[in-house]
Amino acid sequence: MVTPALVRFSGIQKSYDGEHLVVKNLDLDIRKGEFITLLGPSGSGKTTTLMMLAGFEVPTQGEIYLAERPIKNMPPHKRDIGMVFQNYALFPHLTIEENVAFPLSVRKVSKAETQARVKAALRMIKMEALAQRRPGQLSGGQQQRVALARALVFNPQLVLMDEPLGALDKRLREQMQLEIKQLHETMGITVVYVTHDQSEALTMSDRIAVFNDGIVQQIDRPDALYEHPVNSFVANFVGENNVIAGTVETIEKDYCRVALAAGGSVMARAVNVSGAGASTSLSVRPERIAIIPDGASGDGPNRLPAKVQNTIYLGDHALAVLEVAGNAEFMVKLQPGAHDNLRHGDNVVISFRPEDCLALDPV
Amino acid sequence: MTDALLTGANASTEVPLKRRLRRAERTRQVKALALVLPLLVFLLFTFAGPIAGMLWRAVDDREVRQALPQTVAALASWDGKDLPNEAAYAALASDIQVARASGTIAIAAKRLNYALNGFRTILTSTARNLKAVPEPGTAKETLGKINPAWRERTTWTTIRDAGGPVTGFYLLAALDLTRNVDGAIIAAPPDQAIYRDVFGRTFLISLGVTALCLILGFPVAYLLATLPPGRSNLLMIFVLLPFWTSLLVRTCAWIVLLQSKGVVNDSLHWLGIIDEPLRLIYNRFGVCVAMTHVLLPFMILPLYSSMKAISPAYMRAAASLGAPPLTAFLRIYLPQTLPGIGAGSLLVFILALGYYITPALVGGAADQMISYFIALYTTETANWGLASALGAVLLLATILLALVYGKLVQGQQVTGGMKN
Repeated sequence: MVTPALVRFSGIQKSYDGEHLVVKNLDLDIRKGEFITLLGPSGSGKTTTLMMLAGFEVPTQGEIYLAERPIKNMPPHKRDIGMVFQNYALFPHLTIEENVAFPLSVRKVSKAETQARVKAALRMIKMEALAQRRPGQLSGGQQQRVALARALVFNPQLVLMDEPLGALDKRLREQMQLEIKQLHETMGITVVYVTHDQSEALTMSDRIAVFNDGIVQQIDRPDALYEHPVNSFVANFVGENNVIAGTVETIEKDYCRVALAAGGSVMARAVNVSGAGASTSLSVRPERIAIIPDGASGDGPNRLPAKVQNTIYLGDHALAVLEVAGNAEFMVKLQPGAHDNLRHGDNVVISFRPEDCLALDPV
Repeated sequence: MTDALLTGANASTEVPLKRRLRRAERTRQVKALALVLPLLVFLLFTFAGPIAGMLWRAVDDREVRQALPQTVAALASWDGKDLPNEAAYAALASDIQVARASGTIAIAAKRLNYALNGFRTILTSTARNLKAVPEPGTAKETLGKINPAWRERTTWTTIRDAGGPVTGFYLLAALDLTRNVDGAIIAAPPDQAIYRDVFGRTFLISLGVTALCLILGFPVAYLLATLPPGRSNLLMIFVLLPFWTSLLVRTCAWIVLLQSKGVVNDSLHWLGIIDEPLRLIYNRFGVCVAMTHVLLPFMILPLYSSMKAISPAYMRAAASLGAPPLTAFLRIYLPQTLPGIGAGSLLVFILALGYYITPALVGGAADQMISYFIALYTTETANWGLASALGAVLLLATILLALVYGKLVQGQQVTGGMKN
């Protein structure tokens, strides 16, 4: 199934000072109806990319196509793109109703239709009762809902969201994530979402583009991004990750044997290694590791001695912090009830399957 | 029984809480009051006191009463329909004798002359020619012989109306009104009716200067609020520069620039644009230019502070919602600067209302504002009553304007929705 791209970034570069590129050669297709998240640390170029799409920044090089039309030199108000800002940007001198009606009134939509569409939009966010309030009288979550309604009420072909939940507390943020996701599904809109919060990206997105240093590191579905990161940056940025440094000894098909810097060797999937003799970073997720009780028999390819540093109780699960092969912050997710048996200073053995250990580029 | 107990318990827990709260708050309130007390005392002596004094002087009228006490007392029972009786004439003759000796007659003469032109001559000539207190019963005839004005009703109503102790005479005069012989309020004679014109001119010039300041100041304030910090700081120094120069120096600089042999006229002549020097100063044009220059910072600063608070995200949001730049400006930006526009305009307008030096130096005779006349009556002619009355009318107009502004601002109070 090939859906035509609604937005196409083609060879986009952006520099603010004429010396450094904030976005280095971006090629990105956004399909109609998908929820795509631009994820990355601050300064990675994700917000600049969004601003170029909205029309507030002009690309230094390259072209952006929206529904096959080049829009590089089109002013923002002609692009028909709805945007939700980090601090909501609701107009403080207008009521909630007037805020939501604003995009319709500048489009000269008839009074009766405006009224009906504003009413429907306010019903959608369950805020009909507060229509006559001003933004200053609403809570952060309510303001964000109004900002959403305002960006959606004129049925734009694309909705951009710039860290819209950054100012909300955790519980409200999670609730809003679900609401936004639900709106996306019921209305079939195309959403480009910018965030630095990887769990938010995993929760909401159809696809995630991981940005770092002005370059898209990987574009993939959330599960693929988590299970099959292409490099160490993605592995470390998306989800919890354990890193062990080592050197590739041999490569056989998809797997390689890696000698650890602290002694011993493990089998790992060769994902991003250049060849035998190259240094590598091994990546293992905390939930893919088993702690073998002291003295238990058995053999496997990947067994490493470990020393318990600490256990962290987190309610629904617990983590053990171990020292493994020189990494003193090696996290292992424990089964319920298992953390009682571990004491600081205990010597244990950990084990993981070769397919759960990825040999990536050295950090 | 139980009810009584319950209400008793409620009362005993509620009242002490309130009292405790008051006690806890009291120390803080006392401290706060102590901090502002020096300023309050200072203001009481330098602001509230003088203004109260001025308002009192506008209605105070005791000069005639002090100089001619018997006459004022005798006229109190006069019906004003005919000439007063013999007793009033005798009282006046006696008062004149005493007042001439004590020297208070000149003060009374000055006051009566305000109300009736020529009264000074009547009183001083009478005092000069009245050798002795007339025989009982002949006072009317004697005074009438010395000056025929004493046979006229107006002369006597003037004394009665100036008898004090308070009068509306000055306030009426400040509004070009006066009382006729029968005590009814009528328009003042055309040669004395100048103040309405002056007030109108004062308001007109102030309004024009406010409009000019707004038109010139708005783009500057916008620039200040949107430029990067380094350049906006430099620009701010240029805006504030006039504050570091004396008002007199700045006004005189305009005389140098605008006079008929001044820089502007010479340049225009040299460029061949004009043959005759333009009249740029000692007229309304010069007053407006110089006052706008002096008052411009008072418009720019409130505008700047209101614009600085408007996040650029609003304009971006408006653009993303489909508003072209002009629509976004008119519907989103401009309404949010209204408090700044209001504050700046009110500040400039009120300051302009009281302007004295600049119009006095660069204005012509027809451009003098109300302050010029207040200063004239205070320092030149020592007619403090009229000066105070003009000041009181100006104060009242200003307070009314401030109240109207307050109502307008209150009507559209907005609370910001942005958190940054």
